[in-house]
Amino acid sequence: MLLVVEQFLNGLQLGLLLFLLAAGLTLVFGIMDLVNLAHGSLYMMGAYFAATFVAWTGSFIGGIVLALGATLLLGIALEFIALRHLYGRDHLDHVLATFGLILFFNDAVRLIWGPAGLALPLPAWLTVPIQIVPGVFYPAYRLAIIVVALAVALMLYVVVMRTRLGMLIRAGASNREMIGALGINIKLLYTLVFGLGAALAGLAGLMQAPILTVQIGMGENILILAFVIIVIGGIGSIRGAFVASILVGMIDTLGRAFLPDLLRKILSSAAASTAAPALSSMLIYLLMAIVLVVRPEGLFPANRR
Amino acid sequence: MTASLNARNVVAALIVVGLLLLPLYAQFSGNMFVLTLFTRIVIFALAAVSLNLIMGYGGMMSFGHAAYLGIGGYAVGILAAEGIGSGFIQWPVALLASALFALVIGALSLRTRGVYFIMITLAFAQMAYYVAAGLARYGGDDGLTIYKRSDFSGLINLSSRVQFYYLCTGCLFGGIYLVWRIVNSRFGLVVQGLRSNEQRMQAIGFPVTRYRLVCFVIAGTMCGLAGALLANNTDFISPAVMYWTRSGDLMVMVILGGMGSLFGPVLGAIVYLVLEEFLSQVTEYWALIMGPLLLLIVLFGRGGIMGLLGRFSRG
Repeated sequence: MLLVVEQFLNGLQLGLLLFLLAAGLTLVFGIMDLVNLAHGSLYMMGAYFAATFVAWTGSFIGGIVLALGATLLLGIALEFIALRHLYGRDHLDHVLATFGLILFFNDAVRLIWGPAGLALPLPAWLTVPIQIVPGVFYPAYRLAIIVVALAVALMLYVVVMRTRLGMLIRAGASNREMIGALGINIKLLYTLVFGLGAALAGLAGLMQAPILTVQIGMGENILILAFVIIVIGGIGSIRGAFVASILVGMIDTLGRAFLPDLLRKILSSAAASTAAPALSSMLIYLLMAIVLVVRPEGLFPANRR
Repeated sequence: MTASLNARNVVAALIVVGLLLLPLYAQFSGNMFVLTLFTRIVIFALAAVSLNLIMGYGGMMSFGHAAYLGIGGYAVGILAAEGIGSGFIQWPVALLASALFALVIGALSLRTRGVYFIMITLAFAQMAYYVAAGLARYGGDDGLTIYKRSDFSGLINLSSRVQFYYLCTGCLFGGIYLVWRIVNSRFGLVVQGLRSNEQRMQAIGFPVTRYRLVCFVIAGTMCGLAGALLANNTDFISPAVMYWTRSGDLMVMVILGGMGSLFGPVLGAIVYLVLEEFLSQVTEYWALIMGPLLLLIVLFGRGGIMGLLGRFSRG
């Protein structure tokens, strides 16, 4: 019981974290039609900025706020210098150019911070375990991730669904040419959306940083997960990204936790212990393959005609 | 089609002659490193040529092409580890396994289009990656050392650097010839027609998915051959060969050289890998230069290097 609750919360936490990453990616994808492989680099930069600023200011919250701002600025600069010129080009051009950006960011980080990873230590008040139900303790920091991510998701929902900016974003996702024709300043909208996506990716990176080490290439594995999520959810759909993120987070975490025991009931224990890790890593890709075979446009296609 | 003396054809001819004469240069200059480097380049060029068949001519943007490198490599590695050293068994198994994998994932993936196709092929390649990482008996994450190269019982000795190089080059030229024949056949014309307008081809009455699938399987098989060569070249195979950045490398080679041109991917592989080698000798931080370079090529050089050459020769 205890394990189940704990793993359930871990799944929720991973899912929400992935949502922060996927939300920015799906917005950029849906509105600018830009395949941004470098989104994972922004996640990495968020973590590095946080580790640096926290050490520099000596304050956890202060460092994180500075890191968020820095990632936002970096995102806007990136859009302004490079990515802006890629809109309307072939998806393959995007893949090539942003692949180049990944190479650049990885080596830039190696040059500035060195090849060894960094650690982002938690302040004391975030390391205590909290009793959530009688007898079940859960680390305060992981709980904080869940709360912050849920708050950001809610905020994103309000912004996208209830404000004028959100209306423009949704309009952009369903018909790009039309909102341009209606006289909306698309360039500004694009820069804003990209900055927002970058800040969200940075937030995900810096929140993950105290749990894992801050290292080069940390964004690459999780980027693929984020892509899986937006494809499952339907490109351009925030709602789809949310549902798919939670689904992927849960399946991945619960699969890793419980699949070995399940397999052991069917197979011999030797066979189960070799098959389980591979199978549990594959689960989400299996999920994506099934979703795409059944619904080739994802669960919640954004631009229905 | 008349072969004329334009910049593209000159470059293609230079590549062929250069690759054929390279071992001579290596012998005379005593610079054997060049041969090692170019063996690797030629193998990746073969993989890039096969990717170009589906991506450049067929319009199917596969982001999981490195999976076949791994499958071909693991077929060789696993058989060698089990004591079956004969290349006459290893290589057909490598080709067959790649073809089967391509058939299955192609049948599923080709239901989708555009970005979704990019992503689903990526997903399948990642699955293959995790399967390989889970093969505890064959090294798992750490990979598998191949102690003896494929044995072709006296026909060709893969341990001789020069012979192995010529085998790889022969495979590359064979691959290019095959692609050339395919592209100019009725089958190839249908596949290219599908790239430009699927609805029309369907309306004319072609079984769209079947044509695409056959093309997909041919490309996968060809890349499986590159995988078998690669495993023999490095005497080692690990899941890292199938990681998505490797698929990205292959895509970069094709786009860099010029999609949908016969020799483009070869040129792309040469430029990409030589540049990587050269820059990593100049500075430890070679990617700091390589990254922005790729960006500039995308921004200013549409159609890759072959596209640039085409514009140049038109005046």
